[in-house]
Amino acid sequence: MTRLELPYSKRTLPNGLDVIVHEDHHVPVVAVNVWYHVGSKNERPGRTGFAHLFEHLMFEGSEHHNSGFFPPLQHAGALLNGSTNTDRTNYWEVVPTSALDLALWMESDRMGFLLPALTRERFETQRDVVLNERRQNYENRPYGFALMALLAALYPPDHPYHWMTIGAAEDIRQMEFEDVQEFFRTYYHPANASLVLAGDIDTERAFDLATRYFGDLPAGVKPAAVRAEARLTREHRLVLEDRVELPRLYMAWHSPAMFAPGDAEMDLVGDLLGNGKTSRLYKSLVYEQRIAVDVSGYQSSRELGGFFLLVATAAPGRTLVELASEIDRTIQELVDHGPTAAEMERAEAQAEAHFLYRLQTVGGFGGKSDQLNAYNVLRGNPGYFPEDLARYQSATPETVRAAAAAHLRFDRRAVLSIVPRGQQQLALAGSEAVSVS
Amino acid sequence: MPVDRSQLPSVGPDPPFAFPGIVHHTLPNGLRVRVVEHRSVPVITFVLQVAGGSGSDAASQEGLAAVVADMVDEGTGSLSAIEVSDALARIGAEYDLDVGADATTFALTTLTRFADRGASLLSSLVTAPSMRESDFERVRQLRVDRLRQLKDLAPAVAERAFLNLLYGTHPYGHLAIGSEDALRRLQLSDVVAMHRARYQPASATLVVTGSLDAAELIAVASRAFDSWPPASPGDTGDSGGRPDSLTVDRPSPRLAVMPREAAAQSELRIGHLSARRDTPDYPALLVMNAILGGQFVSRVNLKLREEKGYTYGARTGFDWHKGSSPFALQASVHTAATADAIRDSLAEIAAMRGSRPPTHDELALAKASLTRGYPRNFETAQQVARAVAQLALYGLPDSYFAEFIPKANTVTAEDVVSAASRYLDPSRLTTLVVGDQAAIGESLASLDLGPPEVLPVPV
Repeated sequence: MTRLELPYSKRTLPNGLDVIVHEDHHVPVVAVNVWYHVGSKNERPGRTGFAHLFEHLMFEGSEHHNSGFFPPLQHAGALLNGSTNTDRTNYWEVVPTSALDLALWMESDRMGFLLPALTRERFETQRDVVLNERRQNYENRPYGFALMALLAALYPPDHPYHWMTIGAAEDIRQMEFEDVQEFFRTYYHPANASLVLAGDIDTERAFDLATRYFGDLPAGVKPAAVRAEARLTREHRLVLEDRVELPRLYMAWHSPAMFAPGDAEMDLVGDLLGNGKTSRLYKSLVYEQRIAVDVSGYQSSRELGGFFLLVATAAPGRTLVELASEIDRTIQELVDHGPTAAEMERAEAQAEAHFLYRLQTVGGFGGKSDQLNAYNVLRGNPGYFPEDLARYQSATPETVRAAAAAHLRFDRRAVLSIVPRGQQQLALAGSEAVSVS
Repeated sequence: MPVDRSQLPSVGPDPPFAFPGIVHHTLPNGLRVRVVEHRSVPVITFVLQVAGGSGSDAASQEGLAAVVADMVDEGTGSLSAIEVSDALARIGAEYDLDVGADATTFALTTLTRFADRGASLLSSLVTAPSMRESDFERVRQLRVDRLRQLKDLAPAVAERAFLNLLYGTHPYGHLAIGSEDALRRLQLSDVVAMHRARYQPASATLVVTGSLDAAELIAVASRAFDSWPPASPGDTGDSGGRPDSLTVDRPSPRLAVMPREAAAQSELRIGHLSARRDTPDYPALLVMNAILGGQFVSRVNLKLREEKGYTYGARTGFDWHKGSSPFALQASVHTAATADAIRDSLAEIAAMRGSRPPTHDELALAKASLTRGYPRNFETAQQVARAVAQLALYGLPDSYFAEFIPKANTVTAEDVVSAASRYLDPSRLTTLVVGDQAAIGESLASLDLGPPEVLPVPV
């Protein structure tokens, strides 16, 4: 076994900001990574999409640098980005070691002094940009509304996972500039944030710099945790028409929350059923029977609760009914007999390799700095890396089988047929037409 | 000491960075091996690059190079396609392939302790694939189905039509996946023949990077690839067509529309054929492109996204080939903004040729973003291996990485304007819109590009 670890040091500043440092001197760059513990789960029905639009505004300037966030950092050779999901919003820069002060100055300025620079005009332009992001990634993309329809079926209207992070177009259009201020004050402050510095830097110097740039920012009140539950009591069958050539079947179930018992097992179930050519569904649907052109499966782990998804696209001339019946047969076999020893051996080798590959980059989405923040914000423990790996190493055929049996019930799921326009008869029987836009 | 927020902190001198030391070795069968020690994590990457890609598919065989590459992991020796994937998974390997216009590239990354197993598996796959008829039929059918699915995807529809508009029947004029007709005509014998002619040690390069010393990396490569037989005298080792001889292009601007009813956005492509990768103006063109549309803070993105809100993002770029490479602007824009977005895009491209030369700031920013962040492209074993493979593909010296930064830094505003004048030509630009013709038809007339040529929607 290769020794796998992600060493770090952590301190919390008096204003509540968590600061985590990881040294890696292979390349002369430092990754700066900030998580705010806010996402679309903090929104309300009718106001969806706000957390993500706000992320865009964070790139438009702050009080002491009242113009775009990108130019000074690109001048210094930085790579940077940000993203929003249901649970958190993250911002990162990877900078040459010589530009670390600059990156920290900029990040701290927008954490402490964003509002004075925000104008109605900037807000309105970014609202248009986000509407275009929505058109590009959902409205004008085949099967682009699938997840919206499934999440709306899995979660009741007042559950914060009922809507997608991009939000409803109508909500985005109706957003008020005035709402920005309250949102910033509630969620964007040191006590709701976590900062990681990873890379070519000395630990003590990193803490000094973090204190210097962020230490004076006023503490805020840590927002209360969001709580919500959801369950299905029957099978929901839905159909959606789309501009697509081939019909596609989606099956979704509630599953354990991120890091909860059963979460790692369901991740393994996803690999086993629908990830790559070795998976059971690829073998049966695509390789042997050739009734599907593709298949995938995965556990989507999230803070308040996960969902498990299987997706298969019918081969020309084949039906979603054929796919559904073969998928159900495959699930039942797993629930009855569990994975084979060979499958578990393979899963373990892959888990080890994937944890190791995750240690190759200091920055960016999924790099070491992002992982440390995920562990810190969602587990309160940046040192969770070995425990995270141990969850996979301690899975047994029986725990995997039991997780599949507990979560992949045929009478507790949402099944969505996406069919070419005007061809609702291609959906599974009894599917209810849903409207998503 | 409180933070001085009256000005941004200054940035220190660029930290020194040693670019990877590349060790060369040639196996007795002629395979060129390049190895680089890379010790951050106990991981090893193999990149095997075979000369020739989709740009050398014969006229009636568009898609053949990609089918050949796809057949590589469909079985070898006693292993079936599924067993190959299983063998890869059991060493935690990441395997992928890329069929480019000029080369076909296979990459395998695994844990260093599985180095020999990974190398030997890759070697068996690439040099001795089973090429069974039943696998061929399945792979071909999946590609035909994939081609059909690409019709759903506006960017893919645009990409395919645009290449065809620029290159016509030249082999660069099709996507690697080819066309349905050609795929249906392919026979397994075509695949076997191309594999035999193309996949030869003397026309391939193997790059190995990982946490072993250079001698050990070479030894791993030798153990796995020494048995690859060299070409027999009858085989040509031919890498296909002669893309350098390309002359086709348009003498005048043109506007084409591919209708996509009720589309929420218009998919835009604006460009023409331009420089080859081996142009001495390469650094100037990169700087020019960074200013025009190659990064977030570029003229095109700032105009279309940050000022006008027409799009989620717009960019320009050269898709580098050994032969004439396409220069193109691409964006998905709100349907109602289509004509305005095209007008602004054309204006930005034209202005680059001298009416609005780069400002001091623009030039400095473009150069800095190309050069100061350069070391981060060498963080992982796979990044390093792919970068070294690029040197082999384009015949660049090992000193290329170290020389790139000073070269890019000497580019002047005059160089940028001069490069733009020679390689961007508004009078030859092809503008393609994949969008809702009923909604945008009238506004397009205001562009003075003449009546649009309406392209047939692929059936």
